Amino acid sequence: MDQPDTLPQIDHQHATFTDGLTLECGVHLPRHTVAYRTYGRLNAERSNAILACHALTGDQYLAETNPLTGKPGWWEQVVGPGRPVDTDRFFVICANVLGGCMGSTGPRDPGPDGTPWGTDFPPITIRDMVRAQKRLIEHLGIARLFAVIGGSMGGMQVLDWAAAYPDAVFSAIPVATASYHSAKNIAFHEVGRQAIFADPDFQEGRYWQSARIPARGLAVARMAAHITYLSEQALTRKFGRKVQAGPAGSLFGEMFQVESYLHHQGSTFVRRFDANSYLTITRAMDYFDLAAEHGGDLAAAFRGSRTRFCVVSFSSDWLFPTAESRAIARALNRAAANVSFVEIASDKGHDAFLLDEPDFHRTLAGFLAGCAEHAGLAG
Amino acid sequence: MNATPPPTPVRFVAKNMRLDLRLIAEMIAPGARVLDIGSGDGSLIEHLFRTRGCDARGIEIDMAEVTRAIAHGLPVMHGDADMDLAHYPDGAFDYVVLSRTLQAVERPREVLRQMLRIGTRAVVSFPNFGHWLVRWQLLHTGRMPNTRTWNRPWYETPNIHPCTINDFFDLCAAEGYAVERWLAVDDAGRRAPWRRFPRLANLFGDQALFLLRQA
Repeated sequence: MDQPDTLPQIDHQHATFTDGLTLECGVHLPRHTVAYRTYGRLNAERSNAILACHALTGDQYLAETNPLTGKPGWWEQVVGPGRPVDTDRFFVICANVLGGCMGSTGPRDPGPDGTPWGTDFPPITIRDMVRAQKRLIEHLGIARLFAVIGGSMGGMQVLDWAAAYPDAVFSAIPVATASYHSAKNIAFHEVGRQAIFADPDFQEGRYWQSARIPARGLAVARMAAHITYLSEQALTRKFGRKVQAGPAGSLFGEMFQVESYLHHQGSTFVRRFDANSYLTITRAMDYFDLAAEHGGDLAAAFRGSRTRFCVVSFSSDWLFPTAESRAIARALNRAAANVSFVEIASDKGHDAFLLDEPDFHRTLAGFLAGCAEHAGLAG
Repeated sequence: MNATPPPTPVRFVAKNMRLDLRLIAEMIAPGARVLDIGSGDGSLIEHLFRTRGCDARGIEIDMAEVTRAIAHGLPVMHGDADMDLAHYPDGAFDYVVLSRTLQAVERPREVLRQMLRIGTRAVVSFPNFGHWLVRWQLLHTGRMPNTRTWNRPWYETPNIHPCTINDFFDLCAAEGYAVERWLAVDDAGRRAPWRRFPRLANLFGDQALFLLRQA
């Protein structure tokens, strides 16, 4: 693989907090930045704000052209004027997570000695991400979010928001997620991390010193992860056993179409994502176990909650299977919380939450409309 | 999901749908916390929310109905009576409703126990297998009855636990449930003059509706 340029510096919209943030690991960040984007207008009562939480490799550019890749926002099908999350009605906020590489404080930023943190960046957790977002919400003058919504790691943040700040969350929509990261998912993450470590260009995380990035390792990590985002049906439908057109190359050259697809996924990923951020954020997901913080009882995390929940899974998602969503719904039942739960029939695997899924979009729009009525939000 | 959709339990005939909901809703106090098991498209929970200000929620086994209900803004979760009631805490609801589904669950007695554990009161409706036409058909033809209510062949009916109104009174007595109210309706959904007399209701009632609580 060609050595791509290092990530360009982009001036992202952001808020910087100088009052300090103590992470769950005990490390104190004296200042931290939260890069974010907003869509729509906050109403006079400040009651129509929706926080959208992005997934592992997502960012804050959910409903507009991404300034780094030039591609459409990752949730343009869901968020926008007249979309299920209607920006003519709601004020939608999306923040780059703590530990990310799109403007929020992360491993590329200078540490205490003035050089980039790299792998010395403190281990962060989903809760740390949520607390950084909470600062942003307060900074924007919002006491209570009308809704918090997110898929995959974004869904973990949704659950954590509802558990940590129940009075600040009127409704919560965890999508294609789980209340803990399973052994199987940790295993896949570990394959990706080991690929990064094995790349000589990784240089123990201090790759900025040579102006080279561990592109091969990061690309392999992305390729392995990308397989887990698809379903067998989707792979078969898209590629089957189709071979590449043109003259046969070497035995281990690109032979099958699925191989070139993965290579493409890997090579585009390294142009937009920082390897140390990938390590940091995958670890944050691995740590996540909401029940463990409550004596092993997930229901205890939500006891007394008045938040309205809508738990959504997809039938062909084997990364976060429906059983894990059902476990969330049942824990919410044990807590006597108000919960809707549906499995959307889809053959698109985990990625379905990012794609054109009409049943999912109707569910989302209807749930939000119902919540708006209960919240007394004008139509 | 399975390739073939799961069979749906016998329903009241469609034209009586609203009347059925009204009869159930009349048994429920305004502002109550209600769980509707087998909530279908959510008609009853919407009715209870809009006309009686209830905090009404639903459980439904048919995923397409769940999607329809949530997309309509109603709090419904996918689940079923046999599996999901155990996950609710004691006394979580004022009323738990099981409409036209008791005869189709795996373990009716356990479902009733769960309903009266998680709810103060249970509202249960079921088609009456003691109806004279059912008795007559079995006696006369020697074959499983085929009526407007019991209209599926024995080999594909989801109604695996049919009972009569008398049977249900017996079960309530055996389990120690107090029958606060009960009524039987004819096949047009009308309350009939014989409603005061269980033996006549068991002969002429097409559907029965009970309001129970722990004695």
